[in-house]
Parts: sequence; C-alpha cells; structure tokens
Amino acid sequence: MSPWAGRTMPGCFSMTRRFGRWLVGLPPTLFLLLFFVAPSLIMIVASFRLAGEYGGLAPLVEHGRWQLTLETYRFFFSDFIYVEIFIRSFSVALATTLICVLLAYPLAWLIARSPKKHQDLMVLLAVLPFASNFLIRVYAWMIILGPQAAVARALNSLLAMFGFEPVTLLFSPFAVLVGMVYVHLPFMILPLYTNLARHDPALLDAAQDLGANAWQRFWEVTWPLSLPGIYAGSVLVFIPVLGMFAIPDILGGTGDILIGNVIKEQFLGTRDWPFGATLSLMLTLAVLACAGLAAWLARRGVGRHA
Amino acid sequence: MRRNPLWLWAAALAAYAFLYLPLLIVVLYSFNDSRLNAEWVGFTLHWYSELFNDANMLIAARNSLLIAATASLAATLLGTLAGLAIHRYKLRILPVLAITPVAMPEILLGVSLLLFFNLVFRPWLGLELGMWSVIVAHITFCIGFVTIVVRVSLLGMDESIFEAARDLGATPWQTFRLVTFPLILPAVMAGALMSFSLSLDDFVITFFTAGVGVSTLPLEIYSMIKIAVTPEVNAVSTLLMLLTLGMIVLASRIHGKAVRSIGV
Repeated sequence: MSPWAGRTMPGCFSMTRRFGRWLVGLPPTLFLLLFFVAPSLIMIVASFRLAGEYGGLAPLVEHGRWQLTLETYRFFFSDFIYVEIFIRSFSVALATTLICVLLAYPLAWLIARSPKKHQDLMVLLAVLPFASNFLIRVYAWMIILGPQAAVARALNSLLAMFGFEPVTLLFSPFAVLVGMVYVHLPFMILPLYTNLARHDPALLDAAQDLGANAWQRFWEVTWPLSLPGIYAGSVLVFIPVLGMFAIPDILGGTGDILIGNVIKEQFLGTRDWPFGATLSLMLTLAVLACAGLAAWLARRGVGRHA
Repeated sequence: MRRNPLWLWAAALAAYAFLYLPLLIVVLYSFNDSRLNAEWVGFTLHWYSELFNDANMLIAARNSLLIAATASLAATLLGTLAGLAIHRYKLRILPVLAITPVAMPEILLGVSLLLFFNLVFRPWLGLELGMWSVIVAHITFCIGFVTIVVRVSLLGMDESIFEAARDLGATPWQTFRLVTFPLILPAVMAGALMSFSLSLDDFVITFFTAGVGVSTLPLEIYSMIKIAVTPEVNAVSTLLMLLTLGMIVLASRIHGKAVRSIGV
C-alpha cells in the first residue's frame, strides 16, 4: 500500500467529494424535481382552481383575488356515482389480485420445486409474454371473446341447448376481468417464485417426520411462509389495476368504467381539469393507503414468522 | 428433491397455456385470408403488405423508434448517475424521486405531465405538445428502472476493490473510469435496453403527453382497435413481438459478453 494513500490533503479530499456528490447527484435530482415533483404540486393546486370557460383552468388570479375553491371536493362527495366508481375500481382490483394468486401460485410453486437448472428457463417462459406490447395482449382477448370467435359461439350454442338466452362475452365486466388478470399475472408470478424458491426444504422434511400429511405441510408450512411473496405480488397487481383505463376502455362496455376512465374523460373529453385533478389526488391517496397497508402486513408477517 | 404431483403439473401447464394461447392466436390470424378474426380461411401475406403501404403506420413506427432511442439514452445517463449517487453518497430523497413515478399507476404521471406541459411550457415557452413532451415523459418513468438495475449491481459488489483503487493512488475519476464503470456496464446496458423497450411499448403516458400532432405505434394500434379492427393490427403485433424477442436475445448476449469481458 502506498504510504501516500491517506495523505492527500483532507480539505482537498472533502472538496472533490463534495464536488463529486453534486456532479453525480444533481442532474437526476433536478430532472425529477422539474418533471415529477413540480407537475405533482401543480396537480394539487389545480384541484382547488376553477374550471375555465372553454375547458382547462380559469385564471389563478382575477380582479386582484385568488380564485381558489373547494367546489370539486364538495362535488365529489355529493354525487354518489363517483364514490360508487371508486368502490367498483377497488372491487375489480381485488378480484384481479385474488385470481392472479390462484393462477400464479401453482405455476410459481412448480417452478420453485423443479431442478435448479430448469428454473431460469421456466421463469423466463412465464414472463416472456409480458414482453409483448400491452395493447397486443388486450387485443388478443378482443379476438378470443369476440362474437364471431369459437369461444362465444360454442358457449352460446351450449346455452341455447338448455334454453338460455345467448350472452355477449366481449364488452362485459367478465372481459375486463380477464384482460386485467392476463396483463398483470407476471407481476404475481415473479415475487411468488422468488419467495418460494428461498424456502428451506428441510422444513418440509421435518414436518413430514412429525407426521404432517401433504395438505398439512402446505397449509402449515409453505403457505404462511409464502405470504410475504403474496403481499409483494398483490401490491404490484392491485395498484396498476386501480388506475387502469385502457382495459375497460377496450374490453368493457359503457357500464364498466373505472376511476381511470373518469380521469381520462375529465382531461381529454369534457376538459374539466380541476375535477380531473381532484379525482387523480383521490386515486393517489387510495394508492398510498394500499401501499401502506401492504407494507404493514408484510412487516407483521415477517415479525411473526422470523 | 420431491416429486411434483400430477395436479400441480396440470395446473402449471394450464397457466402456461393461458399465457401463450392468446398471443399465438394473434400471430395465427395475421396470416389469415379474411377480414374477420373468426375462422381460418387460408394463408396470406396480404396484411403485411397492407401494413408496409400504410403511411400513418410507418410514420408512427419511425416516431416510436426515435422517441425510444432518445429517451432511453437520456434515461440511462440520468438513471446511472442516480444509482451511483444513491449508492456512493447515501442520498435520501433521490431514491424516492426515482422510484415513485414507476410505482404509481401510469395515468397519474400522464395527467400531471399533461397539466404541467399545458400550464407551464405552452404559455411560457410557446411549446405545443409533441415529440419533445413524449420524450421528456418517457425519460421520467425510465429513470427509475435504470436506477434500480444499477443500484442492485453496485450493492452486489465488493467495496474493497474501490478502496484498493484509492489506495493505489487512483483519483475518483480514475477509479470510476477504470474500476466502477466496467463493473456496472452490464447493468447500464441492461437498463438501456429495458428503457428502450419500455418506451417503445408505452401507451398510457404517451396517450396523455403526445397532443394531436404526433403518433406512435401503440397510439396507432389503439386507434385501430377502437375504430376499425383489421388483421393489419395482428400483422403489426406479430412484428413488434419479433422485435421484442430479438431485443431480449440481444440483451442476454450483451449481458453475458460484458460479464465475461471483465473476467468475472
């Protein structure tokens, strides 16, 4: 080791260090302050402003007075329809998350129990469809569920045999749910697999030695240990579904709109920006609450099983 | 190793089928000689030739590639800096700034940027929404992904090699150029490819920040799906899937090569 190594002048060292800190840290910080924090703040302010005569926003200061109001918030809580749409969005997100757990668990478990050398390939195969464009994956279900497709025709001839009315699969809540599950499934598979692959097989052997049958080994050992993986996956599925507008827009009917569709409509359709901003803030609060809940659940789970 | 029960295999195979069959159907119907995505009529390349004669689609493809190239370059630079800064200088706020845009539903970033561009950039700088606003929006959400990848690779490294470089008299710049950078290069490349494909694929944020003047492939696909579905959508989807597949193969080769070249 060079005897001079630690002997550079201390003042000089801390100055290059401080310079380096600015040089490296400042550009991304400034960029994100300008294009993420500032827009978010503007959104908060916009929710208290008045709508412009021709859409957009009215001037912030008019006749020497600030034009700020709580009107949009009053409107949000006075009309039950918006609360109802929020509840519907939550229900769809919850149903999507549960179905994703049901579909992802067997697959993630099988991969985690397979020989190590096959695991990478099996995981890659499970997430590869996710690499295709989001709209393509939604469009695929438009074809499958479409009225001329084999699925709908077979189902309807079956229903007709028992004297039921034919059903439309596309543009229904069912289609929305299928699309949501299909698009978000990999977000559940990956964290679940990561969790399950870390389980110590000795635990299952010990349970077996103690006389636990296959079901007990799963329910008493594997399942509780996999809860952190389920929580992690649930956050990754639940939050994007909560704000989704494209899937209800493409696969849903007029009655299947979620909160994302209303926000989109306020900004690009009716151009009521203050109300759109209010709805976006409500969605943000809902997302933060969900993330907080998941973090709390995960901590509690870790505390109990550590 | 425990043997997997048969029902587990069956359930997992069903899940794989659920993942792949819809995409296979899209590919299959892109070669179908029928306007309807319903029955197999016969093989044709008609929809592909239609696609290559569709001027709007070609412009959209060019825009998409241009936006993805620019945005991924900038996001890789900024995200790498952010990853280094977070790791080296233990900055507190930067991780939150970089990760939050990725963790929120996309629509929130989309509409807040729409407001910001319309309230600040348009009146103050006279800029209408267009290619630039899409690029800026894409950089904003790609930075987080690059930051995560670079940071994870730095966390996996042995700190003593950086100390060794300093002990041998290397300046901070030399340490970075000769030690740190070659070591994080695979992660930087992975982050760049990830940003490129995220930008190329993005629909929601582009939808809000593109304005009326500029179209991208996802926007074009969306309007085709909403207005008039023809198997041309299947053809462009199939080509996009091939492109993505090619990039994944490329990414794994670069990653492997970069790892080998530094002798790890």
